[in-house]
Amino acid sequence: MKVLMFGWEFPPHITGGLGTASYGMTKGLLKQGIKVLFVVPKAYGDEDQRAIRLINASDVLIDVEDSEFVELAKNLTYMEIGSNLVPYLDPEEFKKITNETQLEKQLRKKSIFSKKYEFSGKYGKNLLEEVSRYALVGASIAKQYDFDLIHAHDWLAYYAGVAAKKASGKPLVVHMHATEFDRSGENINTIVYDIERNGMMAADRVIAVSNLTRNIVINKYGIPSEKVVTVHNAIEPVENPDILQVKKAVKEKVVTFLGRITFQKGPEYFVEAAHKVLQKDRNVRFVMAGSGDLMNKMIRRAAQLKITDRFHFTGFLKGSSVDRMFALSDVFVMPSVSEPFGLVPLEAMRTNVPVIVSKQSGVAEVLKHAVKVDFWDVNAMADAIYGLLHYKALSQMFIKYGRDEVDNLKWENAAKKILDVYKSVVIGK
Amino acid sequence: MENNFVMRSICFYFQVHQPFRLRTYRFFDMGVDHYYYDEYLNRSIMQRVAEKSYLPANKVILDLIKKHGDKFRVSYSISGIAIEQFQRYAPEVLESFKKLAKTGNVEFLTETYAHSLASLNNKDEFVRQVEQHSQMIEDVFEQKPVTFRNTELIYSDAIGEVVAEMGYKTILTEGAKHVLGWKSPNYVYKHSYLDDVKLLLKNFRLSDDIAFRFSDYSWPEWPLTADKFVGWLNDIEDKQQVVNLFMDYETFGEHQWAESGIFDFLKALPGKVFELTDFDFATPSEVAAKYEPISEIHIPHPISWADEERDLTAWLGNELQDEAFDKLNSIREKVKNCDDEDIMRDWNYLQASDHFYYMCTKWFSDGDVHRYFNPYPSPYEAFINYMNVLSDFMIRVDEKCKAMDDKIKDKVDEFAQTAKETLKDLSEKAEQTFDEVKESAKKTSEKAKAKAEETWDGVKDYTLDDIAKMSNAKIKQLLKKVDIEELTHVMKEAGDEVKNRIIPNMTKTAKKKYDEFEKELKKVKKSDFKKYKDKIEEELKNLWKK
Repeated sequence: MKVLMFGWEFPPHITGGLGTASYGMTKGLLKQGIKVLFVVPKAYGDEDQRAIRLINASDVLIDVEDSEFVELAKNLTYMEIGSNLVPYLDPEEFKKITNETQLEKQLRKKSIFSKKYEFSGKYGKNLLEEVSRYALVGASIAKQYDFDLIHAHDWLAYYAGVAAKKASGKPLVVHMHATEFDRSGENINTIVYDIERNGMMAADRVIAVSNLTRNIVINKYGIPSEKVVTVHNAIEPVENPDILQVKKAVKEKVVTFLGRITFQKGPEYFVEAAHKVLQKDRNVRFVMAGSGDLMNKMIRRAAQLKITDRFHFTGFLKGSSVDRMFALSDVFVMPSVSEPFGLVPLEAMRTNVPVIVSKQSGVAEVLKHAVKVDFWDVNAMADAIYGLLHYKALSQMFIKYGRDEVDNLKWENAAKKILDVYKSVVIGK
Repeated sequence: MENNFVMRSICFYFQVHQPFRLRTYRFFDMGVDHYYYDEYLNRSIMQRVAEKSYLPANKVILDLIKKHGDKFRVSYSISGIAIEQFQRYAPEVLESFKKLAKTGNVEFLTETYAHSLASLNNKDEFVRQVEQHSQMIEDVFEQKPVTFRNTELIYSDAIGEVVAEMGYKTILTEGAKHVLGWKSPNYVYKHSYLDDVKLLLKNFRLSDDIAFRFSDYSWPEWPLTADKFVGWLNDIEDKQQVVNLFMDYETFGEHQWAESGIFDFLKALPGKVFELTDFDFATPSEVAAKYEPISEIHIPHPISWADEERDLTAWLGNELQDEAFDKLNSIREKVKNCDDEDIMRDWNYLQASDHFYYMCTKWFSDGDVHRYFNPYPSPYEAFINYMNVLSDFMIRVDEKCKAMDDKIKDKVDEFAQTAKETLKDLSEKAEQTFDEVKESAKKTSEKAKAKAEETWDGVKDYTLDDIAKMSNAKIKQLLKKVDIEELTHVMKEAGDEVKNRIIPNMTKTAKKKYDEFEKELKKVKKSDFKKYKDKIEEELKNLWKK
């Protein structure tokens, strides 16, 4: 079976969990005998192509005179970007992007519908235009390649998937890694919501990364439940076992938050919980690793609570420094307000760090050896942190069984479930 | 019926227990709030179970006793903390149990007060709890227990021995397959090496048919009727003496709902037994009195009535349970000497086996078998909460039970003070004595010196011969004073004794001189010789006088 897959990013050029998930999934699918043509808006040439064949959308030529193209282009509206659309940016970067000159804007508008277009492949100011352009490319690619079905990841690639389905008549599976509600709470961007909804309505199957996400898809987007299947994400085994040998430099216990410092991740609950723990025990250090639009607010709050001597900010971490951070940690906390899945706790667990996750995360559905609390329940969170730091048997138990648990959450197994979804639409045709 | 016919017995024992469940107790409550229990939860569970189970079941039992008279007999074991909860939340239940006690058809067994695991690791605590429980049963039901059953029917040879030491000669436990092997539980057995200790073993098949399977629609034998059950009793070989039906009392109305017909079953069973079988009903102590043990039974490792394994793994064995249990037991010695009422209350409540049961991870894979009984979403939450409570309790024990330590400390301090004073006295006296001795010694020595000087004056002259008795040092001094040539002359006349003393004490130069003088010694006048000799003797005298 051959799958045409539309994504937005692919390792090593990733900013969020989407790229990591895409990579793991394609490797898992390969083991199931699936061939994957993976399309990204911009390929850099250094991507790992052992599991897939990567198609660079920037290289795809479009016949601008084609009637189908003209029809599509007409329907794609030009949209101004809103802050919630760019979840993966820190505040300065966002400012940089939005301060675009009038001239630049007009130039960009022209180029987007030209024969060839160099995608940025980022989450920039012209994101929605790129999404539109991506759709046009999707249709074009669908005509050039041979495949059995289409699989599109997240709303950025949904239009491309839908266009490819129209052009080829092949079944479409869309994958929901994060909904607009996860990114923005209740103040959603209706344009994105529409793209998501239309994409899912047009698809033959929707794969949700957790039951939590599945419920949102059914209840908030009105997608028929029989069309929506949960396949929990998985994790790749640890790449560098040496990192586990990193020695701690401070004598205090270290409790870590790692992720974007944005509304979705619930950083303020971590700060409040830290404050509670520090009132009882000063021999603990809290680390908030990452960056995001709430970072300055968190720094101010920590100062207000007079805990900055025990509460540290690292800024954005990537690659091996993430694993290094885990190696230094005694407890990892993911207090997400809304987390469709949440891969980071699994990364922590495979580095032998006990984790506390919010019940509002998809990963809570698959984990046994983790403490689960409501994101707003700062008392329970503080209590769990305290318990893990003070009751040795508990942390030892977590380390002992957590590693095994994570090792069993393989992409191989997730890929089997995805294959079942594929079969249900291909054979049904 | 044959003449030598002896009635066989059904022995009913019902377990009644409710723990004091803990409230959500955060680490920041430590040192601030010392009330650990979920008052609302405990009250509502107790009242619900009372209404659904204890009260209607007690009524059925009382009616059966009224109906069948002395022939219908049952036994109960009610944990101390369950009785406390009755007193607090459901006194009417306790009243109905007292009514049953008054009929004389009901035996009350004894167990650990706190439904604890103390039998496994602390003999003193185990004995203390059994005594506390047995006293409570006597106070409440006016009946002194003579039969023992341990928490969850936990039993081993060692536990049996301790129980026997306490004076109980009948013990209930599980008829665990891995212990019995091919043997039947339907006999009275005896302790592995104590001949007078009788063991009653639960017939787990027939007991669990009622307790666990009664309302299980997927069970091929469903629905279970009194007739069917009596049929199974009749299938039991004639020579087998006793069928021990041991179960939680909550079986009636709580685990098996009233709608399942469990109460009707209970109501109908005794009548059918009397009508259709050769069984009667007897309490554990009656069974023990009636039958001789068929053989001893070896139980080196503790067994229980829990789960498929019939072992302790529901309460102990994983890291969380072991850690919590060890920490709890680490303060036993301190608590032992504590007379604080609140500490003793919490000490009992915190020992309830239920807390450890909530931390069990066995059924992560087994589904939700135990979920119903468990107030925590996961064993981890159960552990954190218990440890928070225990941490606060340990702080309190350190403070409150210090009072007792302090008493001991005061005694020690007092003793030390006395000792110190005594020592001071002694040392003063010693010093005084020493001074006296010193003083007298000084006097003696002065006297001696005076006497010596006196004596010295009496000494007229020293002769050359005295040199032989002199020390080397004195001789050396002498040699410095005298002229060697003169000495050489004098020494010619002196004896060897004197010579041998003087020559080795000469300096090199003196010796050289002496040798030279001796070789070519001129004759001297007798008067000169006398002069030399006198001179030396004078020096000798001066030397001694100093």
